[in-house]
Amino acid sequence: MHELSIAMGIVDAAMDEARQRGVQVSAVHLRLGALSGVVKDALLFCYEVACQDTPLAGSRLIVEDVPVVVFCSRCNDTRVLGSVQSFSCPECNTPTMDVRKGKELEVSHWRLRNERAASGGSPTECTQAE
Amino acid sequence: MSEPRLVEVRRNVLKQNDVIARSLREQFREAGVFVVSLVSSPGSGKTTFLEKTLTLLQPQYRVAALVGDLATENDAVRLARSKAPVKQITTGTLCHLEAAMVQNALSDWDLHQLDFLFIENVGNLVCPSSYDLGESLRLVLMSVTEGEDKPLKYPTIFNSADVAVITKNELAAAVEFDWETARKSIESVRPGMKIFRLSAKTGEGMTEYLEFLGQQLRERHSVVLR
Repeated sequence: MHELSIAMGIVDAAMDEARQRGVQVSAVHLRLGALSGVVKDALLFCYEVACQDTPLAGSRLIVEDVPVVVFCSRCNDTRVLGSVQSFSCPECNTPTMDVRKGKELEVSHWRLRNERAASGGSPTECTQAE
Repeated sequence: MSEPRLVEVRRNVLKQNDVIARSLREQFREAGVFVVSLVSSPGSGKTTFLEKTLTLLQPQYRVAALVGDLATENDAVRLARSKAPVKQITTGTLCHLEAAMVQNALSDWDLHQLDFLFIENVGNLVCPSSYDLGESLRLVLMSVTEGEDKPLKYPTIFNSADVAVITKNELAAAVEFDWETARKSIESVRPGMKIFRLSAKTGEGMTEYLEFLGQQLRERHSVVLR
């Protein structure tokens, strides 16, 4: 159960960002690899807890699941694994440990409220890029 | 009023840990010490295995160990019987070791005086997989009493490890351990993984494993045997 310390790390980073830019972060977009060792549901729960009594309270954590992508030397191409229990090419069944994606645990975007929000203006949530 | 917006960041959440781990790895390389970390579920025999490893390596190599535990110092006391320098890292409620804990624990040790440093993680097959400790080799242990499908239940930790060690082989017959099924499970989540099957209690299989460690040390750091 290391999701709480990871959630706290995300909240700390978001607060740094908010302070530096003089803005409010309304949502954090996270890319979460199937091999990251982090359980999504536990992280979502912990995020809410970690936000309590901080400027991030009420913000959302939006998780994008990243499947494991391997390179198959026989097919000479990348393949998406259906399961992390079988590191073999789904097309030709050749075993492979050449992992190209799936270990991500990274914040991809901050969603910011408008810049006056921090000084009391009414925040408007951004809906672009969705 | 300015537009609210999405800002791209691409920020690794564990960056702080990774930065420290990289610096540790560099320190270990420079000092010529080969660092092995051990992960497993609680009760798989890490401490017994490590005590035996430290004892058997000592005539030839300079060895030491850091041992992570939630609350007690029992493991460090047991390992100290090997006469090797041992330091306990008590994690409190934390279920895994992080690179900063290793860095702090090593602050008063001269790494140049060591050939091997072993880091025993907290017994846990989930959380330690996310944290790089700067180690050269990660060993995942499973005992024959745990069931042959353990790798399939915890694929991430097996996938993140370099070598698998099947422990308590002296009990294999009693629990009808199916070696071939276990081997296939490991091969499925970590193709090509080196596997040792041994008993720290009887010493069976230890020689091959110790020779492997010696070879790793020579290959990676070109250290001449003393």
